Amino acid sequence: MSTTQLEEPTRDLSEDELLRLGLYRQVVRIRAFEERAYRLFMEGLVKGTSHLSLGMEAIAAGFGEAMRADDYTFCTYRGHAHTLARGTPMAGVMGELLGRASGVCGGKGGSMHLTSVEHGAMGSYAIIGAHLPIANGAAWSAQVRDSGQVAVCFFGDGTTNIGAFHEALNFAKVWNLPVVFVCENNLYMEYTAIGDVTAVEHPAADRASAYGLEPIIVDGNDPDAVYEVAATAIERARTGGGPSLIEAKTYRHGGHSRADPGQYRPDEEVAAWLERDPVPTYRARLLADGLDEAALTEIETQAQADVDAATDVARAAPPPDLQAAYTNLWADGGSSWRN
Amino acid sequence: MTVTLAQAINRALADAMAEDDRVLVFGEDVGRLGGVFRVTDGLQSRFGEQRCFDTPLAESGIIGTAIGLAMYGYRPVAEMQFDGFSYPAFEQLVSHLAKLRNRSRGTLTLPVTVRIPYGGGIGAVEHHSESPESYWVHTAGLTVVSPGTPEDGYAMVREAIASDDPVIVMEPKRRYWMKADVELPVTAPPSSEALVRREGTDVTIVCYGPMVRTALDAAEAAEDEGWSLEVLDLRSLSPMDTEAIVASVQRTGRAVVVHEAGRSLGLGAEVAARVQEAAFYHLEAPVLRATGFDTPYPPAKLEQYWLPDVDRILDLVERSLAY
Repeated sequence: MSTTQLEEPTRDLSEDELLRLGLYRQVVRIRAFEERAYRLFMEGLVKGTSHLSLGMEAIAAGFGEAMRADDYTFCTYRGHAHTLARGTPMAGVMGELLGRASGVCGGKGGSMHLTSVEHGAMGSYAIIGAHLPIANGAAWSAQVRDSGQVAVCFFGDGTTNIGAFHEALNFAKVWNLPVVFVCENNLYMEYTAIGDVTAVEHPAADRASAYGLEPIIVDGNDPDAVYEVAATAIERARTGGGPSLIEAKTYRHGGHSRADPGQYRPDEEVAAWLERDPVPTYRARLLADGLDEAALTEIETQAQADVDAATDVARAAPPPDLQAAYTNLWADGGSSWRN
Repeated sequence: MTVTLAQAINRALADAMAEDDRVLVFGEDVGRLGGVFRVTDGLQSRFGEQRCFDTPLAESGIIGTAIGLAMYGYRPVAEMQFDGFSYPAFEQLVSHLAKLRNRSRGTLTLPVTVRIPYGGGIGAVEHHSESPESYWVHTAGLTVVSPGTPEDGYAMVREAIASDDPVIVMEPKRRYWMKADVELPVTAPPSSEALVRREGTDVTIVCYGPMVRTALDAAEAAEDEGWSLEVLDLRSLSPMDTEAIVASVQRTGRAVVVHEAGRSLGLGAEVAARVQEAAFYHLEAPVLRATGFDTPYPPAKLEQYWLPDVDRILDLVERSLAY
């Protein structure tokens, strides 16, 4: 912590500075959470598989800050970041990862199916492309209700090659839906380079014109840049301007999932992207732009404290009751008639 | 030589590719990575990127491509990375792969092999632990087999690739690391023949795929109770070796069917129907079913409770014997 901070004159932060502190808080919180999640996997506390957003935090952060509280988020199995970015409490998300009764889905969803309807986190979908048409449906409902809500739908580069992606984009354009499709292009479709299996260089942006959409590419490691395109696209959707397709270029710091060390990636490529780590680079930029280091440090300290507290709550929570396997299959809350 | 199920299937693919240039292996991450379960490990480096290749994440496209290749003389082996990932390909599998021969009055031959790692027991969750075999069995036009041993892993994959009909190989992923002392290549009876894996006199345990090992464990444990269980491994689910099932039940008078898939309209229902049709007067008790529950596959912490295990089998054996 800077020893000179007390000598500096206090001043009111501008709106822009408050926004940027909010973005920094988002990336730092997601980073801290994902690092902890990784450690807990290594401890064997998280069952099943998991997919981290380490290195990709700026996208969820930028959109999270640009969205209205009642907007909808649809995301994939790599969805811790997007769920947290909507304000879903960390303890509930951590509890879900650990499969505890305290999780946001009562331990029945796990890492890949985080959902918190009250925070607009309308589910994490673990089948490629499945949620794009679903996001359209949510957007359509918002349009019919004239609610001004926008659906933001995140997915990976691999999704651009499945039929549902193309069907959904066409539907969205034909119906002029308030939906923003966000392709997080981290260059790898699971374990395979996206370029090896895709007809075009930019898997999302190069397809946009086929659906009458503008090709939009943004630096997905730059929270300011992501926020700007997010705010523009969301505003367009909210005011009747229809759908957008945004391709955010980014990179996974780790492998595809828990068990994957990501060794199929060239060392120099990994090194180059680590240089562009969104957390330290954004921190440096904020300092260079005159933001107070103490404010940043406080955000970092608070994020760690929040993660510690969430971890403690999750560790202490019980697993789901065995009867949970029988609940909530039907609208009456149960699973009869057959069991 | 000690061989795992995964290694046996890998060797079967390699041997088939070496013998026949028309055999192509493709799917998500099967090439450079060698598959998420390493079942296709080394095939791309040995046979080249034209013979073993990575596809986009697009299961419908993968199966559609396989159908087209097969129409033109290839013998494609397509992998669905996990059971739950086969659903986007459902339309291609059910409406086209299964039916094109019939629809074309026999002029189109589709020697397609679809490999699907399936079932639970590895701490994965839904989409990654499911048992969708009933969908395929219910679909006329698809042969469906499931190996329960490394020997069968090798033999069934070779047989599937050699078949002129579409074959779905349901690979029990939790048994990929199961070992056997066997020299490859190995031959086995045709998969259409069910095999008695352990002889017994009191109750027939009908099983397949991942539950073969579980049923054998149950038979072992049953000895302590003084019960003699016969373990019948169906091997092929479609066609189903009704004769072998009936012959065994005629000897024992009792049957318990075991599968991970949910109970309703699972294979157990079909087995029970066939037994009562063909061996009604031999039955000493109703055919019982030890299965997964009729609920979505549970989170990892509930998996062991959900999956049929030795205890669930023995409970039903006891009920059958008490009848």
